[in-house]
Amino acid sequence: MLFTIFAILTLAGAVAAISLRNLVHSVLALTLAFAGLAAVYLLLGAQFIGLAQILVYIGAVAILIVFAILLIREAEPASPSMVVSSWVGSVVAVLVIFGTMAWAIERSAITQRATGSQAEASMQQIGNALMLRFALPLEIIGLLLTAALIGAVTIALREKGEGR
Amino acid sequence: MILAPPNTAAETADQIFVILRDWIVRHVPGGLQPIFSDLISVVAILAVFASLFAITTVLERKGLGRIQNRYGPNRVGPFGLLQPLADGIKALTKENIVPLAADQTVYVLAPVVLVVAAFSMYAVLPIGRNMALTNLDAGVLFFFAASSVMELSVFMAGWSSRNKYSLLGAMRAIAQMISYEVPLILASVTVIMAAGSLSTVTIVEKQAGYTGILPHWFILTPWGFAGFVLFMIATIAESNRSPFDLPEGESEIIAGYFTEYSGFKFALFFLGEYIGLFAMSGLGITLFLGGWGAPLSFLTWVPSYIWFFAKLLTLIAVFIWLRGTLPRLRMDQLMNFAWKFMLPMALINLVTVGVWEFLPHGVLRWLVCSVMVVVPYVLLGRGLMQGWKVERRVYKFAE
Repeated sequence: MLFTIFAILTLAGAVAAISLRNLVHSVLALTLAFAGLAAVYLLLGAQFIGLAQILVYIGAVAILIVFAILLIREAEPASPSMVVSSWVGSVVAVLVIFGTMAWAIERSAITQRATGSQAEASMQQIGNALMLRFALPLEIIGLLLTAALIGAVTIALREKGEGR
Repeated sequence: MILAPPNTAAETADQIFVILRDWIVRHVPGGLQPIFSDLISVVAILAVFASLFAITTVLERKGLGRIQNRYGPNRVGPFGLLQPLADGIKALTKENIVPLAADQTVYVLAPVVLVVAAFSMYAVLPIGRNMALTNLDAGVLFFFAASSVMELSVFMAGWSSRNKYSLLGAMRAIAQMISYEVPLILASVTVIMAAGSLSTVTIVEKQAGYTGILPHWFILTPWGFAGFVLFMIATIAESNRSPFDLPEGESEIIAGYFTEYSGFKFALFFLGEYIGLFAMSGLGITLFLGGWGAPLSFLTWVPSYIWFFAKLLTLIAVFIWLRGTLPRLRMDQLMNFAWKFMLPMALINLVTVGVWEFLPHGVLRWLVCSVMVVVPYVLLGRGLMQGWKVERRVYKFAE
């Protein structure tokens, strides 16, 4: 029953995010979807992913989107027209993609595998995996992110110089 | 949870609330017992910390009054102790003013989200022995996840008010909260590294035990001390308290993101801010001050929850003292302090914990780690002070 509640919450948030006309409202609805998804993760016993979902997506990504919206344009209600000319086309595309994915998941080997023992990854296991087996990928990702950060700062600095 | 029956009077006093809860739960039909047990704990947390908020408001006003050479509230009840009651009634009976241009739904939701997020942080705080609501495997992570939701509520409040000052104040508050969240989390990671666990209950257990009469608290190590100071500074900044109360400024942006809030919604913001402060201090106590542990080995007979609240009240007193003593920072000083001082110190502190864990027990690791904390502190301080002329202020008219 809990799953149904959280699923409805997530879906309602997602639908509201694409159908609401006010951009900031859309972002807030999106955070509702994020929160619902985190609750589903927690329900599955994946504590780390669920809590990281809240910390990263609600604490950082949502705030980032909000900042971007406020900095780029006036967040007033946009054009009232919701029905785009290619409305029917997009529905067909979405259905086709959904059907393909559902078919692929249904036919894949994962569904055939027995799910008797529920693999609950403890914090200890995740930590060990990150620090021992996947230490190198982790370091490379860290390096990449640092490079991106320095790049962003460099771009910001140059623009300031030109403006003068 | 079935516990062994307590043996001595001290143990009974220590577990009195747990025993009481279990006794009440036993009178409830079987299927409802788990829910009822949780419900009692939640109600207890809500009641205790909300009343702590009420007590703190009056203590803060009286303390600030003493520091500023005046009396503070002393009219309602004995010594003005019933002041929060009067304030509450006042807030409840005030007219509920909602700006015409405001976004009604988001405007109403913002304080609710703030208070819910602030209270949910208490779910993982061990208030006493066997007195944590849940012992999550990722407790500290849960705590920070809940506290990050507070930023969103600040934005909701600032944006929905449709007021320039509110929006600017929200931007300022969010920038401050994000900046200080980084050193806050990095300072906590030191403890997580040393304890080898994200569970708050396990972290407290790791600090049990005594050498001589001194406890094994993490604050009594070089990195722990530095970490605790960083953590507390970041906590003050996170909860927008003086000297970091930049989101509020009467001469610049009025009351910041809650400029347009009045009556009980304003009281809710006030409540959320204080509840968040208590929760953060509670986490600081859990991480660095041994949680509910007694400070000296011969004091272990005092019930554990008394120690927790004694430490919490001490920290609150320090916060009031700081608020009455320090002048507030400027926005650029605030940001510089976070990114140029707090962040490097927190990172160096992380390395220090690693060194501390690898070196053998003894004088050597104390020496090495103390140097690793003190030298960067002095160098960073000197470096940031360069170009500043610090001289004695001459008062023309005040002396």
